[in-house]
Amino acid sequence: MDSPADRARDTLPARPPATPTGDVAEFERAIRQHGGAMLAVARRLLGNEADAHDCLQEAFLQAFDKLDSFQGRAALRTWLHRIVVNTALMTLRRRKRKNEQPIDPLMPEYDANGCRLEPSWQAAGQLAESADSLIQHAEVRALVLNAIDRLPDSYRIVLVLRDIEEYNTDEVAKLLETNPGAVKTRLHRARAALKKLLEPVFRGDVA
Amino acid sequence: MSGAGGLRNKIRGQMFKLPLMLTCRQVEDFLLDYVEGTLPRGQRLIFDLHLALCRECRDYLAAYRKAIELGKAAFPHGDAPVPEEVPEDLVQAILAARGRPAPD
Repeated sequence: MDSPADRARDTLPARPPATPTGDVAEFERAIRQHGGAMLAVARRLLGNEADAHDCLQEAFLQAFDKLDSFQGRAALRTWLHRIVVNTALMTLRRRKRKNEQPIDPLMPEYDANGCRLEPSWQAAGQLAESADSLIQHAEVRALVLNAIDRLPDSYRIVLVLRDIEEYNTDEVAKLLETNPGAVKTRLHRARAALKKLLEPVFRGDVA
Repeated sequence: MSGAGGLRNKIRGQMFKLPLMLTCRQVEDFLLDYVEGTLPRGQRLIFDLHLALCRECRDYLAAYRKAIELGKAAFPHGDAPVPEEVPEDLVQAILAARGRPAPD
């Protein structure tokens, strides 16, 4: 979370400069100060370097055009973050991913009595190691990133917005132009699928 | 499924259909709210009762939570002390698109 001092530093003039050329230095400063973090956001949402670069460019140009709507009430970084997310979502709507796998095979399994079928992860002690420790292993990190990337876009994007970008359910619903119930359903299925894809980690097969 | 395991699950399956009990499938429906801490107290007690009786759902929940933690841990946090720099060619491309000629 930004401190008040960060927020004070992290602002642009509330009004756009009077001349179209006098603001270039300010624009460039904003790109250099926030571009790296915003590029990381675009990468997380788009999972593709070329699309992330295009997204960042489009987002900064949009931000510049919308400067008059930036009132300085929020941190510049928060404002830019929202524009990058919206731009990335526009890209995702245009983009049709190939070879997307259905999510249903990754859902929990039950027997004929309706009882869950699940290995004894805890008895085997495989869940004892913290996530922060596990993720230090390059193979684990690669598996996690690959697992998230394998999720269908409509699920992956909800998971990234909620769990990684830390928007709340209502905010995600607004961003995706849907209702909070649909967001919760997709989030749960995305997490369940991620859990299934990460079972090699829980079995100790990867580390 | 072995004979003993099948019988055990048959008994469990019937037990979870008793009043004030949840089946494993119903647990799935409430899982997100349980994890998010938004399940009303009464439903939470029923959910906890199921967990106390069901090893499979306890293991599932633990692995589900670990998956969420791993997903979060896999990405560098946005407030990392050393923010990533945007590639210079991308900065120049954005500036050029804004109207300033890029340097040679």
